[in-house]
Amino acid sequence: MISFSISEKVMLGTALLGGMAGVVGSFAVLRGRALVGDMLAHAALPGVCLAFLLTGNRSLLGLSLGALCSGLLAVGAVTVIVRWTRTKEDAAIGIVLSTFFGLGVVLLSVIQKPSTAGNKAGLNTYLFGEPAAMLTGDVITLAVVAVIVLSLVALCYKELEIVAFDTDFARSQGWPTLWIDLAMMAALAVVTVVGLPIVGVILMAAMLILPAASARCWTQRLPVMLVVSCVLGAIAGALGTRLSRGYPAGAVIVLTAAVLFAVSLLFAPKRGVVARVYAEFQLRRRMADEHLLRTMFELNEPHLPATPPITVQQLKDRRYFRGLDRLLARAREEELIEYSGDSLQLTALGLRRGAQITKAHRLWELYLMQHADIASDHVDRDADDVEHLLPESLVAQLEQELATEGRLPSIAAKVPDSPHDLGGG
Amino acid sequence: MNIPAFEVHDMTVAYHRRPVLWDIDLAIPAGKLVGIVGPNGAGKTTLIKAALGLVPLASGKVEIHGRSYEEQRHLIGYVPQRESVDWDFPVTVRDVVLMGTYGRLGWFRRPGKVEREIADRCLDQVAMSAYAKRQIRQLSGGQQQRVFLARALAQDAQLYFLDEPFAGVDAATETAIFDLLNTMRSSGKTVLVVHHDLQTVREYFDYVILLNMRLVACGPVETTFTNDNLQKTYGGRLTILDEAAEAIRRNKPLL
Repeated sequence: MISFSISEKVMLGTALLGGMAGVVGSFAVLRGRALVGDMLAHAALPGVCLAFLLTGNRSLLGLSLGALCSGLLAVGAVTVIVRWTRTKEDAAIGIVLSTFFGLGVVLLSVIQKPSTAGNKAGLNTYLFGEPAAMLTGDVITLAVVAVIVLSLVALCYKELEIVAFDTDFARSQGWPTLWIDLAMMAALAVVTVVGLPIVGVILMAAMLILPAASARCWTQRLPVMLVVSCVLGAIAGALGTRLSRGYPAGAVIVLTAAVLFAVSLLFAPKRGVVARVYAEFQLRRRMADEHLLRTMFELNEPHLPATPPITVQQLKDRRYFRGLDRLLARAREEELIEYSGDSLQLTALGLRRGAQITKAHRLWELYLMQHADIASDHVDRDADDVEHLLPESLVAQLEQELATEGRLPSIAAKVPDSPHDLGGG
Repeated sequence: MNIPAFEVHDMTVAYHRRPVLWDIDLAIPAGKLVGIVGPNGAGKTTLIKAALGLVPLASGKVEIHGRSYEEQRHLIGYVPQRESVDWDFPVTVRDVVLMGTYGRLGWFRRPGKVEREIADRCLDQVAMSAYAKRQIRQLSGGQQQRVFLARALAQDAQLYFLDEPFAGVDAATETAIFDLLNTMRSSGKTVLVVHHDLQTVREYFDYVILLNMRLVACGPVETTFTNDNLQKTYGGRLTILDEAAEAIRRNKPLL
């Protein structure tokens, strides 16, 4: 048999908990049921206390069964309140959660009284959690539960996916959606209950929600999200335990998960804040570049193929440019323009780029004006290449139209005239 | 074939003990394109959901090709209202279409190569192949609707129920969807569509169900979609009545 040091054992246990909480939490979060986990956890406290009062010892199994019973009772209470009164679900969850938790705290104080018999040391850990109290047996329990939960999810992935995405459609195909839903809830309840002694009733919800919400930032696909959420949960568990020296471990685990969430929120590709800000910045910069080239091209247009110098004032009359100096410096660096003092000139490269940009811009304008009815599905102003986005025949037709009106110049990469009056001058 | 594709006997449906559909009795022959028409709150969606077993019947029964719904589930395709799902859900267009094949697959079996080919073919039919790998949030309303249609096509059913497939789609998509419905009918399928726009009923459908909590009329459009019946369906709602009258006037052949 492999032997672990105590800290390795605890880390393994918390990682197992984090991993399975990440997976079942993902489904809960996607179903908009994140708070149900919170309620299950809080509502478990009176069950734990009652189980202790009845059995007089703190065996994990007994306490867990108590927790499960009162948790499920709470779910039932919410269902009844929502069904038979005018209370909304969020309010009902709040009511039931705090009522059960209050009851639990009172029962806890009863247990703490010297007159109550039994070995009550450690029962307090159910409030804030205490991974270090984990016994080898507890780790084995966690491992067994993790294997069962994860293999159930793997086995019924398709069923869970379709019920989570579109319950009515799933039911129309004959899936017993109610039972699949209940199984999902049961998995959530079981994971919550085994997690209680580790992170505590108050913080357990964080273990269900944080890894899932973090994983959602990184991917657009459910299987990937489940794996990422599982891994992040496990990392939070193990790393949190490792970092917790001297501090309450349950809290440190949750804080670690929160840090992972913050990192995901900030740095995830595409959905992350940094990526979005950067994309926005890039877009603005590119649009400024394009505006400059297009404006210069249009000022040169009457004189083509010659590209006489343009004054800065001419540019400013035509369009408002923010940070024009930096813009010009950048364009010069990319060898798109040359300038000395107040006078600017397009380079051969700049002329070609300007022509392409102007052409794309005008084709888009023409398209939007002529095909407003179908445009909404096909317009992507990001794309330079109209030709790649619109059907080839349509582009040819648009170009043809311009050509017959003599507005499609044959030089400078075929730039159509602007369909509206350019103004200024 | 004399057995109707879809038959409802004495069906009553109640929400919170208040009936929303009274004593519905109707039969739709196979191979028809059927419009379900009626004012808001007339129970059009409820009729579909009851037919699919999504809401319990207070009384009566539903038959699909002559047998009970439970036995014939594999013959049914369903397009729910677009707003009924969370479009931020982490699935791609192709994932959604694949769900159409889940009913056939049964418990625990994963979609394989065959199912993926079906999904791709259905996406092609609604001209959405180029979007197969996109997350569904990034689609326009019309494109989302087409994805739902592709999923229903992947069900490879005989009888289809579509809940407002034309709601909030652009003109091009409406035409594309209508063409697709026509193709489905030509290949012998029966298609029931909840529809709001009275103007297009005559153009789109060959059968019509007029509904207002009870069944007003059900039959071929030429004989059923009459001013008289619309009067009964929409009651005193004058603006709609005017619209209906206008629709009928416009669709009558000018002699």
